[in-house]
Amino acid sequence: MGLQLLLEHINKPEIETIDGYIKHGGYRTLDKVLGKMSPDEVTEEVKTAGLRGRGGAGFPTGLKWTFLDKSTDKPRYLLCNADESEPGTFKDRLIMQKIPHLLIEGMILSSYALGCRTSYIYIRGEYMFILRILEKAIKEAYAKGFLGENIKGSGYSLDLYVHPGAGAYICGEETALIESLEGKRGNPRIKPPFPAVSGLWGCPTIVNNVESICTVVPIVNMSGAEYAKIGIGRSTGTKLISASGNINKPGVYEIELGLPVEEFIYSDEYCGGIKGGLELKACVPGGSSVPILPKHLLLKESNGNPRLMTYESLSEGGFETGSMLGSGGFIVYDEKQCIVKNTWTFARFYHHESCGQCSPCREGTIWLDKVLYNIEHGLGKESDIDLLWDIQHGIEGNTICPLGDAAAWPVAAAIRHFRHEFEYHVRYPHRVKDEDHVYQPEMNYRTA
Amino acid sequence: MKVTIDDISIEVPPGTTILEAARMIGENVPPTMCYYSKLEGSGGKCRSCLVQVTKGSEKDPRPMPKLVASCRTTVMDGMEVRNTTSPDVISARKSVTEFLLINHPIDCPICDQAGECDLQDLSYEHGLSKSRYDFKKRVFEKIDIGDYIQMHMTRCIMCYRCVMVADQLTPERVHGVLNRGEAAEISTYIKKAIDNEFSGNMIDVCPVGALTDKTFRFKSRVWFTKPVYAHRDCKTCSGKVTLWYQGAEVLRVTGRKDRWHEVEEFICNDCRFHKKDTADWVIESAAPVSRHSVISQNHNVYEVPVVRKKLQENNKPE
Amino acid sequence: MDVHFSQEALKEINRIIAQYPKERKNSALLPVLHVVQKETEGWLSPETMDKVASILEIKPIEVYEVVTFYTMYFTKPVGKYVIEVCQTGPCMICGSDHIIKYLEDKLGIKVGETTPDNIFTLRAVECLGACGYAPMLQIGEQYYEHLTEEKLDQIIHELGSKHSDKY
Ligand SMILES: Cc1cc2nc3c(=O)[nH]c(=O)nc-3n(C[C@H](O)[C@H](O)[C@H](O)COP(=O)(O)O)c2cc1C
Ligand code: SF4
Ligand code: SF4
Ligand code: FES
Ligand code: FES
Repeated sequence: MGLQLLLEHINKPEIETIDGYIKHGGYRTLDKVLGKMSPDEVTEEVKTAGLRGRGGAGFPTGLKWTFLDKSTDKPRYLLCNADESEPGTFKDRLIMQKIPHLLIEGMILSSYALGCRTSYIYIRGEYMFILRILEKAIKEAYAKGFLGENIKGSGYSLDLYVHPGAGAYICGEETALIESLEGKRGNPRIKPPFPAVSGLWGCPTIVNNVESICTVVPIVNMSGAEYAKIGIGRSTGTKLISASGNINKPGVYEIELGLPVEEFIYSDEYCGGIKGGLELKACVPGGSSVPILPKHLLLKESNGNPRLMTYESLSEGGFETGSMLGSGGFIVYDEKQCIVKNTWTFARFYHHESCGQCSPCREGTIWLDKVLYNIEHGLGKESDIDLLWDIQHGIEGNTICPLGDAAAWPVAAAIRHFRHEFEYHVRYPHRVKDEDHVYQPEMNYRTA
Repeated sequence: MKVTIDDISIEVPPGTTILEAARMIGENVPPTMCYYSKLEGSGGKCRSCLVQVTKGSEKDPRPMPKLVASCRTTVMDGMEVRNTTSPDVISARKSVTEFLLINHPIDCPICDQAGECDLQDLSYEHGLSKSRYDFKKRVFEKIDIGDYIQMHMTRCIMCYRCVMVADQLTPERVHGVLNRGEAAEISTYIKKAIDNEFSGNMIDVCPVGALTDKTFRFKSRVWFTKPVYAHRDCKTCSGKVTLWYQGAEVLRVTGRKDRWHEVEEFICNDCRFHKKDTADWVIESAAPVSRHSVISQNHNVYEVPVVRKKLQENNKPE
Repeated sequence: MDVHFSQEALKEINRIIAQYPKERKNSALLPVLHVVQKETEGWLSPETMDKVASILEIKPIEVYEVVTFYTMYFTKPVGKYVIEVCQTGPCMICGSDHIIKYLEDKLGIKVGETTPDNIFTLRAVECLGACGYAPMLQIGEQYYEHLTEEKLDQIIHELGSKHSDKY
């Protein structure tokens, strides 16, 4: 194992309890920070560390914090994005389930840096069992005086609550998350104004991913400058990768950014190679929204250099030959997997998750779903492939929020790199027997 | 502030949106299916008004990476915008039109809105001649919401305008957006009548024939009726309306619509649904009809006054 | 019809409401609906929703809008146990189709249906954040991962046999 900043103690006994966590060095940043460092100094450390948002977009966290509007006397809020619904991503869950206090410690530090008096963790509703773990841990932290009034006599006070969603991927988008926390439908807001100026209840708000917030703890512990030494270039530090699909050892791995993709897939320390001795066919390296890459483009950049697990290397070549690190949802496909079918399940996912506010996404995602369903089930036409291309093109860039792009990119990439599979499907249609269908073409959310 | 749209420049006050600036210029105005200047928070949803910003501002001349919704993007000094002169905009608008139509019944021959429907206009200009959607369209039952309004959800384009009318004009909203994504619909959920003094304005703001006046339905096609401005002394609203005549009979009453198909003032249900006698009204003049409107085919054509002043008043920057 | 919530539920509702600023009571809607749905046999009737609206001082339509947006709230009766099998890409390539088929055959119902004895409802859902432990399903608050036919038999037996000899 390489350097483990977040998961180092994950398998220690009783690490989920506050005593176990403290035993392994937990909460020591509070003594270092509260009352000793100014909020701006904490922000400065995060900036120096070069931490980039771990939720998907990779926006520099420290820089984002400086956008928070401090000119008003309205309260400010930090919201932790624990909606984790991007297919292929299951890393935040591991932290919250196993070391909930790491997130709480991160929330205290980050809230302090931002000057928040109240913060919320927005967790997807399906993770209700984790909400219980978090609430228990928060109770422990209150009892120890790490939360509440005048934390450890520093004069700083913070209340922390957990708010569950109820089944909607779109609530991971930060403005939809805010709407949902306000007790509304998860319709993303039209920006501007940005949350840093007008977010939760019209107050300045910062939304950060679970992993981003947890990473503030090691940054404060080791100093931003030390953290920045890990990794390559602008991809500093370690990153949690959720590895799934046809590999020998699926699971969550903490890697130093800069690890070669090939090593990540084949090394026994990580994925341990392809299951059943099969060949690697393709991979979606950053969660379902990012473009799929065939093996030859996955392992090598367009210039022949090995592809690395960094923001820059994975996106090298743009969408023609590259992809994105995204949320680190690393889905591996063996040679037997059907790209058409996989693309269809993704299209169905985005169709299911569109909030329905804007027309290209609302109508485009169902159209993609239906055309892909037809192709997969042997009902497609040759012209459907170009139609798919046109539909995704009509959605991309034309929507309110990036869910539209997220729906368009996987389809575009699948056609770009695996057009022959689509052609095969329409030329040699194999009608799948009825009982094999699991699709409900007319979805109705009101019924089960 | 100076903004240039399709090579035409205009000075506008700070806070003006690109769309408002285009309306002030009066030519090449992006089509709007969801924005409504009199409804707070409207716009941004249909994406038919997308434009390309080729220069952000004098200070930061970088172009914007994506097309932007002109109805929700405020102008910066020195901004340069392309609307009909941008191939990207034309292509996006074509896609948006196609998306809006895939689930639309296109039942214009039996729709009351035909002739004054914004979607009809949009598809004339940007639609494909043939639909590429070979699936069953989404259908909903027609429902009566109250005694005066019929809801034909199948035609709805989810502009949210009627929801905003209910929120902003009426004391208690009882209808809203249910379900999500492509299954989203405008509904009261459990059968409820929408009944309050201003609910009729939902009909006027609806850009398509999803909400129609039950007291008018099927009596006549719009283009056989003749619009006349009239007013009365009304305690609830301004009482300034358009009466739609067929012969000597008032078939329906609506708010007065401006060049952008927006009502100038909202009117009350009493004026709209219960005052259908010429004797109820003081007649002013024949209402102006836009030259491209199908209504004008049966009438004298009146020049459209640009209600610029009104527009500026109503569009005061937030 | 009058809707009544238990004392514990009301206590929990009040605890939740206290997490938000006083004038933002309506923010508690999602968590309150979770609590309430448990109280009312796993689904939300219009009467229940109206009651929630009055507790949170919002319009009933605002509750309907929210309930129909999110997939975890049910507006029609469901079985005692709602089995939700993930069917998205990562689970699909690890065999979720087979899991669904097996459950359909075993329970004698199709996806979206409830067994005639109202014990199980079967749903196919989208990614639940357990892709590395695929195939998986969720029942209530519990995740079941690395599914096999034997595991499915065991789950159905364990839950179903409490209510019927059939399982
Ligand atoms: C459709 C959509 C879904 C998203 N889902 C998540 C999510 O589940 N978790 C998350 O952390 N970020 C998600 N994001 C990204 C957030 O909008 C936001 O960028 C992120 O929470 C910012 O945190 P970070 O800067 O720490 O990454 C999503 C974005 C979109 C557009
Ligand atoms: S892109 Fe899709 S999810 Fe995002 S606002 Fe539009 S309809 Fe909603
Ligand atoms: S019914 Fe009409 S006004 Fe209401 S959302 Fe639909 S199209 Fe818009
Ligand atoms: S009018 Fe601008 S997005 Fe609809
Ligand atoms: S795809 Fe099934 S849990 Fe993620």
